[in-house]
Amino acid sequence: MFDQLSERLQGTMSDLRSRGKLTEDDVDKAMREIRLALLEADVNFKVTKQFVADVREKAIGEGVLSSLDPGQMVVKVVNEQLAELMGGSGRELVFASKPPTVILMAGLQGSGKTTATAKLAKHLIGEGKSAGVAACDTQRPAAVEQLTRLGEQAGATVYAQGTERDPVDIAEWALGQARSDGLDVLIVDTAGRLHIDEELMGQLAEIKKRTKPHDVLLVVDAMTGQDAVNVAEQFAEVTEFDGVLMSKLDGDARGGAALSVKAVTGKPILYASTGEKLEQLEKFHPDRMAQRILGMGDVLSLIEKAEKDLDEEEAEELERKMRQDQFTLDDFLKQLKQVRKMGPLSSVLGMMPGMGKAMKDLRSANIDDRELDRLEAMILSMTPEERANPDVIRGSRRRRIAAGSGTNVQAVKQLIKQFDQMRKMMKMMASGKMPNPEAMIRGQLGARRR
Amino acid sequence: MPTTWAELLDLGDREAPGAAVAEGDDEPKRRGFFRRLRESISTSREALSAELSSSLFETLDAAAWEQLEEALIMADVGARTTAEVVQRLEHEVDSGKVVGGEAARERLVELLADLATTGKGTIDLRPRPAIVLVVGVNGTGKTTTVGKLAWHLQREAGLSVMLAAADTYRAAAVEQLGTWAERAGCEIVNAETGQDAGAVVFDAIAAAEARGSDVVLIDTAGRLHTRNDLMEELAKVNRVIDKRLGRGASETLIVVDSTTGQNGLRQAKVFGEAVDVTGVALTKLDGTAKGGIALAIAGELGIPVKLIGIGEGIEDLRPFDPEEFARALVGE
Ligand SMILES: Nc1nc2c(ncn2[C@@H]2O[C@H](COP(=O)(O)OP(=O)(O)OP(=O)(O)O)[C@@H](O)[C@H]2O)c(=O)[nH]1
Ligand SMILES: [Mg+2]
Repeated sequence: MFDQLSERLQGTMSDLRSRGKLTEDDVDKAMREIRLALLEADVNFKVTKQFVADVREKAIGEGVLSSLDPGQMVVKVVNEQLAELMGGSGRELVFASKPPTVILMAGLQGSGKTTATAKLAKHLIGEGKSAGVAACDTQRPAAVEQLTRLGEQAGATVYAQGTERDPVDIAEWALGQARSDGLDVLIVDTAGRLHIDEELMGQLAEIKKRTKPHDVLLVVDAMTGQDAVNVAEQFAEVTEFDGVLMSKLDGDARGGAALSVKAVTGKPILYASTGEKLEQLEKFHPDRMAQRILGMGDVLSLIEKAEKDLDEEEAEELERKMRQDQFTLDDFLKQLKQVRKMGPLSSVLGMMPGMGKAMKDLRSANIDDRELDRLEAMILSMTPEERANPDVIRGSRRRRIAAGSGTNVQAVKQLIKQFDQMRKMMKMMASGKMPNPEAMIRGQLGARRR
Repeated sequence: MPTTWAELLDLGDREAPGAAVAEGDDEPKRRGFFRRLRESISTSREALSAELSSSLFETLDAAAWEQLEEALIMADVGARTTAEVVQRLEHEVDSGKVVGGEAARERLVELLADLATTGKGTIDLRPRPAIVLVVGVNGTGKTTTVGKLAWHLQREAGLSVMLAAADTYRAAAVEQLGTWAERAGCEIVNAETGQDAGAVVFDAIAAAEARGSDVVLIDTAGRLHTRNDLMEELAKVNRVIDKRLGRGASETLIVVDSTTGQNGLRQAKVFGEAVDVTGVALTKLDGTAKGGIALAIAGELGIPVKLIGIGEGIEDLRPFDPEEFARALVGE
């Protein structure tokens, strides 16, 4: 089920190409692949149908049939259409001219509202604002305690009154407090509720009426399936929410629900939540999401993450060395450490294109962060000379390194071999020729299988 | 496939003093729920939800098959499983094995129910104490399901239950389960600060043995299946159980939110690789999502659904009934 659309299309298309010119029939076949890929990514059925019809029209119009690489062309059209569908207005949070700005959080049970509330507070505090959170989920046991703790961690002022009072009153009270405390932003957490629960939806409408939020955010779980549009439509009707915050995007769900919500309600996705830690909230990038849905990876996010997490000077230095083919094992060690700063291996790799298969390989080869520990240990057991010039590592040196790192000679040999391959690939990358990333990772990691 | 509490809970030789009490009124309530479910869906003025009109099975032409496919995909059954089921039915109709609209409809329900009926449908509570491990991704309803199940085990089977608050990660998770322990009227073992999940489980089993509890229900922290380190932590919990008792968990339930799309299959698969998942608890069926992903999980991974969650109240947990589920899926 994790076939990559681009791969599949390449397959279909290159089949066809060998027979000469493409026909409209061939395009239909490609459209069926696209339809399947979208459905597997949880894009709503009706949205998929309309979308495929649009793409078909556009693809034929743009002369895909006669182009040199029709597979690539179709993917490009699909990609553009998706990004357009998801992006559009480019709305951001609206801030009140007279603070506090009120942000109301809404969504189903378990969608991630409480965590998102604290994360958003932290995010806005990071932008120099003062923020408070209001604990209006009096329904779920211990939700107030949860927000209190997370809110404090985020550095926000927490407005809580236990679970006995009416949530509507708590919200109103919190707003008054935030105003007299002179806060810039108040984020109101609410209980999860079903979109068909009239009583609770009525309560939400009442909270909205009394607090007059400048932004209402619907929190949608990235793993949601076809029902997302039903939920979104009902919430749109009752709360007229302004944007979506996608939660749990750090998993491997394709997140087609988000696209569907945007397509049906026209409301943009503003933020993506990508982990359990409070700082793991990002602004949403429609173009990258399009590629994720298609299984084309998220190279841009990866680069951005790298930019944020890696030391910029070091990165430049590395790049220079790559270009000039002066990359040493020492540099490799540094790089390894930096990659690990970005998070667990699986999540970093998950963002690279074409990684579906490689991730499976990784799992079956049982290569994980412990494997990286071994690599580090081996490099650390080398002398500076060996790290600068791995070619000298033979016989007795191999044995010494193996013993020093608690590994074996075979592992050391492999490390040197992979490093060699990697250096070649880096040269290629630096010169602008991007090798097939899947082959690259498999080459690097698959070889390490014991 | 067991469809009542008495059938669902495998108590072995153990006496079940409470079992007879609850049986009588259970049946109509469950039927009633699915009817309500269907009604709530069909009355929703949802243009996007695909409902099978009653005339669909009269025609059985290409458009009808397509519509059928649509209904199943809209229920999150997934493109592959849907194609398999619809093709099979189409084939049986074409070959004259199934004749007429009514028969086709019944056959469809049967095919879907068959898919859902897989493996051992009962919940194994024979060992003493029986260990039930509850796992799943974040926010699916693990803690709530543990609370409800504790209550039902006591009420339906007269079992004494010990809760283990092994979510030592999420803020206020322990307090949340504590509230459920109060509601269900059962005992609970909490983590001391800094303790890990394995240590809590160890303590809970020790406490259960000391007090002669029948069942230990373990609530674990929500985790995404893509986190290798956290999957490993679960495997470690299992090793702790094994070390303490010389046997693993009697039952490992993965809690799947019925709004989950195709990713649910990945969840069940990867969790299943870390711990031996023996069943699914499908929650939040009181919404408009139909939980079709559970069919794909049963069909492709052979893991049966054992419980369904139908609300936030303590009583809102039921044994899974494949036929009723299948009927609700096709929106009959
Ligand atoms: N409507 C409805 N809500 C449910 C059901 N089961 C659980 N919930 C709600 O879903 C939300 C999340 O439930 P929890 O039990 O906290 O979920 P969890 O899996 O323990 O969450 P984490 O431990 O944070 O991963 C709560 O608001 C529950 O009340 C159900 O069957 N129906
Ligand atoms: Mg929990």
